[in-house]
Amino acid sequence: MSNVLINAPKTAKSGELIELKALIMHPMETGFRPGTNGRIIPRNIIQRFVATWNGEEIFSMAFSPAIAANPFVSFFVVARQSGTVELHWTGDEGFDVKEQVAIAVG
Amino acid sequence: MSGNGTSCHPERSEGPLKPQERSLAALGMTRRRTVLSGALAITVVPLSTASATPDAMAAVVKEVTGGAAVREARVKLDIPPLVENGNAVPLTVSVESPMTEADHVKAIHVFNEKNPQPHVFDARLRPLNGKAEIATRIKLNDSQRVLAIAELSTGEFVSGSADVIVTLAACVEDPS
Repeated sequence: MSNVLINAPKTAKSGELIELKALIMHPMETGFRPGTNGRIIPRNIIQRFVATWNGEEIFSMAFSPAIAANPFVSFFVVARQSGTVELHWTGDEGFDVKEQVAIAVG
Repeated sequence: MSGNGTSCHPERSEGPLKPQERSLAALGMTRRRTVLSGALAITVVPLSTASATPDAMAAVVKEVTGGAAVREARVKLDIPPLVENGNAVPLTVSVESPMTEADHVKAIHVFNEKNPQPHVFDARLRPLNGKAEIATRIKLNDSQRVLAIAELSTGEFVSGSADVIVTLAACVEDPS
């Protein structure tokens, strides 16, 4: 159902500032656009994006319809311990996608 | 993209409206500013409720800041000044901050003046982010000012803004 691209370093030094980038396929239908039949296409957006590192929340973002289709987000985090970064997108129509990447910190 | 050349705004759409409906919509467009006519509301309802204005933006800004003073400093918006396609405008917001426990950015809120809704995104940050910088892509419906407000751990609010000229508004045409 969904396609996710994640760009994260596989390894990092302890205390290093790393950038995490994530892109997810999603139409981000605004709910303000009429379709071919003239009726408004119902809103269908991702509402929330949460990133956790070993279960601890490191970043979150609330989206609005003004986020472009196929939402892209990039943010920074200080690498502290090896583990799993989990990215979680939730939204309209029961949209719920989780992806994980492992980062080794040494 | 499921678009088909139609607009976010009924009055601008060409396909689905019959000629008489179109003139009705055009009429609604001019009257909407002065009176919200009930009869015309059929065609203009999504419009009358869904149009952010600088006032609407000021209102949501107040909601976020709780009426606290916002100082114009430390926040930088990196966005192209001239945008050809409003459907996907790259935006980077960065806030000068040491990101320590004592002094860090707690949240970054981005607003716009002329999209149907004033909100763009609200992001939550922590000291462990190390650098208060977020990049994403946004939709812009018209040439306008984009405003970012950062909430600092000290309780202070700082802001930055950028003016953007949009030649092709979001949703007017399918980019594909």
